[in-house]
Amino acid sequence: MLPVFIVVAFNSIIPFMTIFNYSVQDIFGPGQRVFVGFEWFEEVLNNKDLHAAFFRQLFFSFCVLGIEIPLGIGISLLLPTRGWSISLCLVLLALPLLIPWNVVGTIWQIFGRADIGLGGAVLKAVGINYNYAGNYVDAWLTVLVMDVWHWLPLVILLCYAGLRAIPDAFYQAASIDSASNWAIFRHIQLPKLKKVLVIAVLLRFMDSFMIYSEPFVLTGGGPGSSTTFLSQSLATMAIGQFDVGPAAAFSIIYFLFILLICFCFYSAFMGDGSNEN
Amino acid sequence: MARIDMQGIAHSYIANPSSDEDFALRQLDVRWLDGGAYSLLGPSGCGKTTLLNIISGLIQPSKGKVLFDGKDVTRQIPRERNIAQIFQFPVIYDTMTVFDNLAFPLRNRKIPEKEVRKKVGETAELLDLTSDLKRRASGLTADIKQIISLGRGLVRNDVSAILLDEPLTFIDPYVKWILRRRLKQIHEQFRLTMIFVTHDQTEALTFADQVVLLHNGHVLQQGTPEELFEKPAHTFVGYFIGNPGINLMPCKIEGSRALVEGASIPLPETLAKKASQASGRLQLGIRPEFCEPASENTEGSFQANVGKVQNLGDFQLVTARVGAEKFKAKISIGERISKGAQARFLFPENHVQIFENEKSL
Repeated sequence: MLPVFIVVAFNSIIPFMTIFNYSVQDIFGPGQRVFVGFEWFEEVLNNKDLHAAFFRQLFFSFCVLGIEIPLGIGISLLLPTRGWSISLCLVLLALPLLIPWNVVGTIWQIFGRADIGLGGAVLKAVGINYNYAGNYVDAWLTVLVMDVWHWLPLVILLCYAGLRAIPDAFYQAASIDSASNWAIFRHIQLPKLKKVLVIAVLLRFMDSFMIYSEPFVLTGGGPGSSTTFLSQSLATMAIGQFDVGPAAAFSIIYFLFILLICFCFYSAFMGDGSNEN
Repeated sequence: MARIDMQGIAHSYIANPSSDEDFALRQLDVRWLDGGAYSLLGPSGCGKTTLLNIISGLIQPSKGKVLFDGKDVTRQIPRERNIAQIFQFPVIYDTMTVFDNLAFPLRNRKIPEKEVRKKVGETAELLDLTSDLKRRASGLTADIKQIISLGRGLVRNDVSAILLDEPLTFIDPYVKWILRRRLKQIHEQFRLTMIFVTHDQTEALTFADQVVLLHNGHVLQQGTPEELFEKPAHTFVGYFIGNPGINLMPCKIEGSRALVEGASIPLPETLAKKASQASGRLQLGIRPEFCEPASENTEGSFQANVGKVQNLGDFQLVTARVGAEKFKAKISIGERISKGAQARFLFPENHVQIFENEKSL
């Protein structure tokens, strides 16, 4: 018990206590503090800017999941299953995963510029008026594409591992039962992928819900506030304005919300297979 | 239902096989008669599963032809061959109910739902699954899962054959016995061609009318369980079937007798004749079950030194020695025989076999 308690204390209880401490006090300076109860929570929950950022964030995460999960499954089904090409594909796929977040932002920031970036120049050449710095749809889409480019490989690799773990006998039996490719996917592959998909969905949800560096590097949350997501609002509040009280309250709400959504996802996935072991 | 002929079948998993060693199956011809209960027996890695997968069409053989009732199906996929196959590891569709599992092969063939319901009902009745039909298949035990796999084959009434690939491996010993009987009953009721792959001789001999013994990619012998026991065509058959396996002793032929070390063993006339013309390495073979104790004046008996005597309940297993050659004999429990003594044994003429270069003469 004790070692577990120590580990949990260090990685969550102690940092969390700090946050909780801030969230219920108004601190003017060293030694000058006022207990304010849940005032900061009320303020944060009624903040219109945060509401907008929250819905923007939610929409973004669901777009990320909606694209990365189906696409990841689809691509993993197309990968080779034997020969040297497996290693080649896996290494190529894994490359984006090795790149740090802010570097990803920088890469796309330059790539998307019409004057010196290949992507921006190509779009301009085919007649699309693309400008992430000026057009909020373009900026938003750029962040989405960036995230898909960066993290789709993770979903593919997870699904590929899940697919490889299905014993051959299942495919053979399906072939004997004259199952179509769709039936094989629907009744063998997808059910067997369930466990890795839970991991993929949870990881991608949490990560995309906390996205910070990429939009920050690309446009600093703009144009306007079109790519200002929750983490950036939080950072501005905590570090920019030094409003640690509201920022702490916001952090707690932010954390609880992620926890709630993950719990819902997990229950939805695992719920219908309750009699399985 | 169909008669299945395999002609000149050879298979290699390597793209460009260069030597004989690269082949999992080497040039074999087997005929499976319609309605037969067959066991495909052999040690692990001898090519049993490969052979089975070639029949069902999961594998295309490198060489040779597969004929169903004389029609060449070598290039047909499993769906066209209409075969049922049950695997070692029970395969069920986890997310479906038992009913949907059984209905799956029918629905894939676009059979009307009314017909599907009728067929599934009948099959469930036959396999005692009626009460489980609405349950999800994933929570069931291995033996019921295996029965469901079997049901997915039986639900199609026109299957050419049912192939069983070591289906009892993951089943508890007690249930194994029940399941084996169930299979046998189904065979008797429907007279479907069944091919049962196993490396367990008891399973093979109790299930099948005909046993095909495979070793190193070759069919060593095909015949009834009795034939394989009494007249093994190859020393490996003698050794693989029976417990303990056949006794093998190097021998020389002198007239109508075989000489093993000091002992002179009489042979039937035709066998002696064949053996005297043989030029290869000769071995005398006799099953422990057929060795008899003898007395001084028994014609053809010989003297041996008794080594170990094990009492195994309904018989005693005697290890005896003539010169440097050891043999085992199963002797009835009433016979008094003791360790270290001299005793006389008789190898009855009609049970003695001579093998030339491992092959029976």
